[in-house]
Amino acid sequence: MKQTLTKKMWRETGSAYLFLSPALFVLLLFIIGPIVFAVFLAFHKVQLLGTTSFEFVGLDNFARIADDTRAKIALWNTLKYVAIVVPCQTILALVLAATLNAGLKGEKFFRIVYFLPTLTSSAVLTLIFMWMYNQNGLINHVLEAVGLPTYNWLGDPDVALNAIMIMNIWSTAPYFMVIYLAALQDIPDSLYEAAELDGADAWQKFWHVTVPYLRPVTSFVVVMGLIGTFQLFDQSYIFSAGSGGPNNSTLTVVLLIYQYAFKTLGTMGYAAALAFALAIIILIATLLQRKLSKEESLY
Amino acid sequence: MKRKIGIGKALLYVVLVVYAIITLIPFLWALSSSFKTLEEIVSGTMSFVPKQFTLDNYKQIFVEQELFPRWLLNSVIIAAAVTVLNLLFNSMAGYALARLQFPGRKPLFLIILAVLMIPAQVTMIPNYLILKQLGWLNSYQGMIVPTMINATFIFMMRQFFINFPRELEEAAELDGLGRLGIFFRIVLPLARPALAAQAIFVFMGSWNDFMRPLIILSDPQLFTLPLGLNSFKGQYISYWNYIMAASMVFTLPVLVIYTFFNRYFIKGISFTGGK
Repeated sequence: MKQTLTKKMWRETGSAYLFLSPALFVLLLFIIGPIVFAVFLAFHKVQLLGTTSFEFVGLDNFARIADDTRAKIALWNTLKYVAIVVPCQTILALVLAATLNAGLKGEKFFRIVYFLPTLTSSAVLTLIFMWMYNQNGLINHVLEAVGLPTYNWLGDPDVALNAIMIMNIWSTAPYFMVIYLAALQDIPDSLYEAAELDGADAWQKFWHVTVPYLRPVTSFVVVMGLIGTFQLFDQSYIFSAGSGGPNNSTLTVVLLIYQYAFKTLGTMGYAAALAFALAIIILIATLLQRKLSKEESLY
Repeated sequence: MKRKIGIGKALLYVVLVVYAIITLIPFLWALSSSFKTLEEIVSGTMSFVPKQFTLDNYKQIFVEQELFPRWLLNSVIIAAAVTVLNLLFNSMAGYALARLQFPGRKPLFLIILAVLMIPAQVTMIPNYLILKQLGWLNSYQGMIVPTMINATFIFMMRQFFINFPRELEEAAELDGLGRLGIFFRIVLPLARPALAAQAIFVFMGSWNDFMRPLIILSDPQLFTLPLGLNSFKGQYISYWNYIMAASMVFTLPVLVIYTFFNRYFIKGISFTGGK
């Protein structure tokens, strides 16, 4: 009996690793290996010309971040972007989901329409918006028509980042809306009925039943939002043709990492150090959010 | 009382319709621009209906711009390969983690969970160097192999298989099927809804990806659409009619897929996100 049991165990282990082998291969070669390699790179100066060479520089790459004006600009732009986009897209997503969940007709149609931006690639969306943001473009014409000031959206350093913010709030909110919609279906009707008995109106029901019930989902949406916004790249890259301009106003941390890694020579190790700095910032922001929302739920 | 409900509902409809318009305008504007002549475009008219409807922009990108069809093909090949491989490998890994008992199961699962949290920027530079060493820069395999599994969907498939009824597998085992047979003949066909959701996300992720091709591909012959489109913009800087036509061609396949698989899509999001 024991003999057959171990035989079965061996067979099961064999098939398990057979099933896992493609995943393990990629995991080791393209994820875990690179993570270890990234640590190595962050402490070295990398030369890519001819045969790749590495020179150990200790903590120099990390120290350099503090002296790098462009790194500071990139970090500031990124933080500004995160601080504005995450709350806006979360609130918009919640409002849209609550509206869609009110049991109106045509819900399916609206849902499909709203979801379009999330389906469309960032490259296409950025190009469409650049076309609309044109000095002589649709957005300025509309603003003019309703008597609002027009902007040089693409060329003015003071507004270029705002242009990207507007576009991304618009394109990301529907994704989170779908997550909210799924969660809204789970709220028991009895909660609303109890609130109605207490004489709550629609707004009070939303504020005192829906919002608190959705707190865990909101926490998730905010964390995903933080991770996503900290990694802003495609839009900045296409908007500024890779430069982060005008005048560094759309330079983000990831765009800077890209530039140091692939566009200037001899700074790949520094770029790796910046990537670690970014990973740590994202980690801290995520933990901070978790802590804040946990403390809230104690009440 | 009744009137009050009416007003509330009307207000909700207004919100819905206004936001639908806000969502649709960029697409309609791009679509209409793609059918306009360059003259009309530079004249700065605000009409959504082209004065002089033309298909020349589409003809231009497909006929004159030789590389455009090639980019389309590259995108299709890469996204299709990545999708098929992901479906297969993620399911296999998820199944092993959910159903099979073997040493190393727990730590492996924890590693996969941990990998989910590493931002792509950390692995981006070493990945480039590894691909360079392998001679895989500027190649299909360089685009496909590193993305042929996805920790998120391994996790998702594991969750799916854990809740999967065991009886069918046991019956198949009694009928003399081995593990591989059980997996491919019984389990995988029944996992279709989970696979559909996964397929859409993986396909879209690959189809729309900008950063990976930007880093790995430098030969215009091998560009995928997002990259091609970006270089197109550089080349035809003020030919917005061509750029919009190309953007529409790029978006169409995703829209078709979405309309077909709409319900799996929503399911997939609440599966990977939500709870």
